[in-house]
Amino acid sequence: MNKQMTATEVVAQLENGMTIGIGGWGPRRKPMALVREILRSDVRDLTIVSYGGADVGMLCAAGKVKKVVFAFVSLDFIPLEPYFRQARQSGSIEVMEIDEGMMLLGLRAASWGIPFIPTEVGLGTDVITQNPDIKVIDSPYDEKEWVAMPALKLDASLIHADKADMRGVCQIAGPDHYMDDWFARAAAKTFVSCDELVESEYFHDPAQARMVHWERSMTTGVVPIAGGAHPTSCSPLYGFDVPHFKAYAASAKAEGGFKDYAQKYLGATEQEYQKNVGGLDAIRAIELATY
Amino acid sequence: MTAAAEYTLAELCIVAASKSFADEGEVLGTGIGVVPRLAASLAMKTTNPDLMMTDSEAWMLSEPNPIGSRAADFVPSTESWMGFSRIFDNVWSRKRHAMLGPTQIDKFGQSNTSALGGSYDKPKTMMLGARGFPGNSISHPNSFFVPAHNTRVFKEGECDFVSSIGYNPARLPKGHSLDDIDIRLVITNLCVMDFGGPDHQIRLVSLHPGVTVEEVQKNTGYTLHIPADVPTTEAPTQEQLDIIIALDPHNQRAHQILDNPPGNRS
Repeated sequence: MNKQMTATEVVAQLENGMTIGIGGWGPRRKPMALVREILRSDVRDLTIVSYGGADVGMLCAAGKVKKVVFAFVSLDFIPLEPYFRQARQSGSIEVMEIDEGMMLLGLRAASWGIPFIPTEVGLGTDVITQNPDIKVIDSPYDEKEWVAMPALKLDASLIHADKADMRGVCQIAGPDHYMDDWFARAAAKTFVSCDELVESEYFHDPAQARMVHWERSMTTGVVPIAGGAHPTSCSPLYGFDVPHFKAYAASAKAEGGFKDYAQKYLGATEQEYQKNVGGLDAIRAIELATY
Repeated sequence: MTAAAEYTLAELCIVAASKSFADEGEVLGTGIGVVPRLAASLAMKTTNPDLMMTDSEAWMLSEPNPIGSRAADFVPSTESWMGFSRIFDNVWSRKRHAMLGPTQIDKFGQSNTSALGGSYDKPKTMMLGARGFPGNSISHPNSFFVPAHNTRVFKEGECDFVSSIGYNPARLPKGHSLDDIDIRLVITNLCVMDFGGPDHQIRLVSLHPGVTVEEVQKNTGYTLHIPADVPTTEAPTQEQLDIIIALDPHNQRAHQILDNPPGNRS
């Protein structure tokens, strides 16, 4: 089955009001080219589930977001995501603020088709009091109360991988695939952008196949976009773009705000975007961060 | 061991904070931020060689990595994969001690890393979010590092948003006891505290050289338990300083406390 498609075809499958999961972590390996294609579209009222970075910030700034399900939204070296912050401080978005591990449990529950997973995570904190939809229940096996973390069912997930074949076998060769396997499983449809489209024979080497974290049946569409994670990182191929993130953060303090940022960089296509940020070679030359 | 003649306040805090990890045995020591990370690393190099540590990205290390850029031929002592999803397996198995720096800490030891001021729907200042604090605080021991001890951090009343569970009877979950909660040391630029006072009241453990009890109380928005004898925080030894310098060759610790003051302010 050939699952290759374009970013425009991906976004054509997204509808107003959908719940969208976004893979990656903060400024690391986000499917930014797919996010940018949403920014160029008229899709809106989205609920975003994400270990958030500029993906969440940009979608908020562009007025695409109704609600964010999050544990943090951060650019790491710039701890506070500027546009998410603005959205929160202006009261313009709804939120479901949960613990990082609760999000993982919610994705697992959705993946496994169960309504909730019991956990003690969240007890005694405001992630319970501020989320009346998250119930605390009695256990049939002990005298304690437990948080019933509800399934986070996703209409679609967006993920960026290093390599994929056209059948949807996706490889993440960087040191961490984060929760991307669970985002892929929790969603009705999973769209994966990749830095490189490879032949299926590439995975015949077990060392390469070992870095495939979900079965191809979980992948709905594959979108080859070299450099598609920019300005986030796609280790080991390229790091995150520190000067670009600084300019992005600075734009939030300037009068023109995100409109000016989008005007300067977004372009009508990904080719235009990459030209505006210095080209693919410049993206591929960005050094990896040292932790 | 004799105390070093000169040391900075950051170095004093690193040594004081490393005591959090000294008796923990074989658990994951997670220090978020330069001072907590150096504290855990120092413990691993000295008092607790069984401590486990990650590279702050995705691998477990047998030896802590120095902070910041490293020589091209540097080889980290990787011992296993430890991606973020596996961190939660570790947290929920309780084999971890984390040291973090929240924005607010109230008299119950509850902390806030999220919404400040205003209302929850429209906070005056939005910080990071709850992050992993809810899970950390109910799963394993935690310590805090506060580089600027003041009444905004140690605020009167409850935190604006409670990210981590503390010793608050009103929020105690059914079937749990306050003794299930395990907050260890709170290291600040003024002193070391814990929650070992009567009914888990916050207690002064030691004062940094040149700091008075009055100064600490004045900068804390609630009443501290002050034992009859409050010792002075132990000064670093030269051996400890040498290890810290090796672990932080670019001197990032100099930028963690405002104006990088000396450790002895008397």
